[in-house]
Amino acid sequence: MSKLDKLDKLIPAPLRKPAKPGSNGSQGEAPSDLKSSPPERPGDTARLLDQAKEAPVDALAWIDQRTAASGFLTGMLFRKVPKGTNWFYTLGSATLFAFIVQAVTGVFLAMFYTPSATQAYASIAHINNDVFLGALVHGMHKWGSSVMVILIFLHMGRTFFFGAYKYPRELNWVIGVVLLILTMTMAFTGYLLPFDQRSFWASVVGININGTGPVIGPYLSDFLRAGPELGATTLSRFYAIHMLLLPGAIIALIGAHMYLVVKLGTTAPPWLRADKPKIAAPVSQLDAGVEGNGGTPGNGAGRRA
Amino acid sequence: MADDQDKTNGAQGSPQVNRQKPNPPGYFEGESMTRRHAFTIGAQAIGGLAGAAIVLPAVGFAVAPIFHRGKERWEAVGPTSDFVVETYRQVVFTETEGIGDAGKTTAYVRRGSQEFDEDPKAFIAVSNRCVHLGCPVRFVEAAGNFICPCHGGVYDFQGKRIGGPPVRPLDQFQTRIRGGQVEIGPRFSVTSQLEPVRARDPGEFTGGIWEFLYPPRPSTFPPP
Repeated sequence: MSKLDKLDKLIPAPLRKPAKPGSNGSQGEAPSDLKSSPPERPGDTARLLDQAKEAPVDALAWIDQRTAASGFLTGMLFRKVPKGTNWFYTLGSATLFAFIVQAVTGVFLAMFYTPSATQAYASIAHINNDVFLGALVHGMHKWGSSVMVILIFLHMGRTFFFGAYKYPRELNWVIGVVLLILTMTMAFTGYLLPFDQRSFWASVVGININGTGPVIGPYLSDFLRAGPELGATTLSRFYAIHMLLLPGAIIALIGAHMYLVVKLGTTAPPWLRADKPKIAAPVSQLDAGVEGNGGTPGNGAGRRA
Repeated sequence: MADDQDKTNGAQGSPQVNRQKPNPPGYFEGESMTRRHAFTIGAQAIGGLAGAAIVLPAVGFAVAPIFHRGKERWEAVGPTSDFVVETYRQVVFTETEGIGDAGKTTAYVRRGSQEFDEDPKAFIAVSNRCVHLGCPVRFVEAAGNFICPCHGGVYDFQGKRIGGPPVRPLDQFQTRIRGGQVEIGPRFSVTSQLEPVRARDPGEFTGGIWEFLYPPRPSTFPPP
């Protein structure tokens, strides 16, 4: 049994990569004479062991029968990726990972944080000084926010410079831009929450920059502050936006973003040229834009630079 | 023909009533819309009403503070004898209640000066909020100027801008005298000619056409 086959046994049957058509796997022929050499009957222990081994697969099969998830999962997990896929393509997943870190650490910070103008600073000091590993979790959230902003811009740059925003992926670019705006809003609202001198004055300046927009600017800054001055309601407002409104919107849009990535596939890097057609086509046909029979369809390989 | 057979769902031999075929299809005599269409519109209207009943109060709740003006607040900052014509005295008072020290703000107070055509009996209270982006400025005695630490805004003795990025003179507070004490009241902004207007946020121009581009907010008090 090869190493790969062993690995294959570990994957539950519904998630296993579908066998290539024609290769019948390891199912051998039936024994020619069942009377002279009857199959050995397994003992009770062996049977129970077999059942125990099958239990997780049975459980998965039970779920799969009721959700038909395996078709979706095999389609998603074993989807084709173009040639030349490289480390730059991991920036989106890295951004997603940064978001998950923010979500998890944020939940634990919320267990100790008090969104009150008179107690916010003290509760942050309590997290940093008294709570077990509080400074670490707070630090992960604080520095992780910068990491997420940096990664989202790198991911955007990759998409732009690889031309991955072009047809048919324009909508995914638009969703990505909305996600970028939401992430920046997340960073802006989160900055006020420690309620120390730095975050207070940074928020004052940020809100005043909003106020310099003509006509609606003054009302926008009043809306953000919930009044003419930065006060107690400003903090709870920012807290609600940071904790409830934006995470929901971001999770929903990440879902749409990833659905489109799986649905449309990724692009090949721009420096990769299309495969030469395996069957030689007349030059006149190539000039007319008719592809040879052997050209790899899709994934940007159909077009010649 | 095939369509007619489909509609019988395989049943045979139902008596054929010679009904008039609707024209256009689905419409009967005197109808302006089909029954199905009418019910679709009705269901969507009810759904819209239910949605509005949830969304409108929530949005109103979030937006209402824009239109709410708080109670006018006056705070005594010291006896009249504390303040002179030649220089400012720094006072700290509460501008926003309920948030402790974060609600306090600083003003520089002096008596009105005849040199600037001001009422000698009045008191001038200049806010320390820089009108560029809201950093706290300080009055530098030696220079006789207000200087902002953030982006280098400079204002003269009266609070008029003489350098840096600010867009108008420093804001002021209304003042009055009660029982020998100087009291400080609501904030107001001024034009470049020091004419009072309703309080504006930092970064917003005042006077002339700017009054329309940066309209006064309902949450602020009328100027004196």
